[in-house]
Amino acid sequence: MRFKLETASLRETTPMEYAQRFLFGGLVTVAATLIADKWGPVIGGVFLAFPGIFPAGVSLVEKHKISRETEEGKVGVAAARGEASVEATGASAGAWGLAGFALVVWKESAIHSLPVMLGCAALAWLAVSWTAWTIRDKHPRFMRWRGRRATSSRMTD
Amino acid sequence: MVDLLVRFLIGGVVVSVFAVLGDLLKPESLGGVFAAAPTVALATLVLTMHKRGAGYVGIEGRSMVAGAIAFFLYASAVSFVLMRHRTKARTTATWLLTVWFGTAAGLWAVWLRR
Repeated sequence: MRFKLETASLRETTPMEYAQRFLFGGLVTVAATLIADKWGPVIGGVFLAFPGIFPAGVSLVEKHKISRETEEGKVGVAAARGEASVEATGASAGAWGLAGFALVVWKESAIHSLPVMLGCAALAWLAVSWTAWTIRDKHPRFMRWRGRRATSSRMTD
Repeated sequence: MVDLLVRFLIGGVVVSVFAVLGDLLKPESLGGVFAAAPTVALATLVLTMHKRGAGYVGIEGRSMVAGAIAFFLYASAVSFVLMRHRTKARTTATWLLTVWFGTAAGLWAVWLRR
């Protein structure tokens, strides 16, 4: 499976956008805590998987892609939204990992110490996410969909 | 109040770190996996375990499975709508949070509430 690290993408994010992520992350965490305090762990636990910063994340992907396309002299709104869609597809694979993490927390929290339980949960997240992403990447329907994305990135609006 | 401030700071840091990892990793779909990382859980579970104990954390874990299923349906819906209709990403992702709330409420009614 081919993947790479691209440090150049970090320069696309402005200090204000980094600050917004920090702020949203902190607020969502506090909100999840307050909900658990008010309505108990059954409802509070659901909000540990709330996609609070997801809309801001896909919006950034769209915005950065539009900037890159504009620099190349294109008006790539459709391509940018396609790229945001790909980000969301990755998140749907990651959600399986999130479920794996939660399953380990559910079943193992009373059995193991906190570091062992969190370590196992993190490994479950990584393994399940990777497996789900690999399966999705190789799925024939997804491959057709990627082909459409490639076409869309060449078109101009 | 101090507890909430600590959670705010830890949550902000954990979410930021995972967001940067997601930015770094290419292809974009692999970076997207980090958008569904258990950031809020990682930021809160240690403090919750010390404050409330393993039983409380276990109940939260069970509910989090339902939240993750809702997240899967939500992210799939966002992906589908963006690819099919090319609507604005932030608007689409915000409106479709109703999918997450609806699924989570449904799972609470049929599973978690019992």
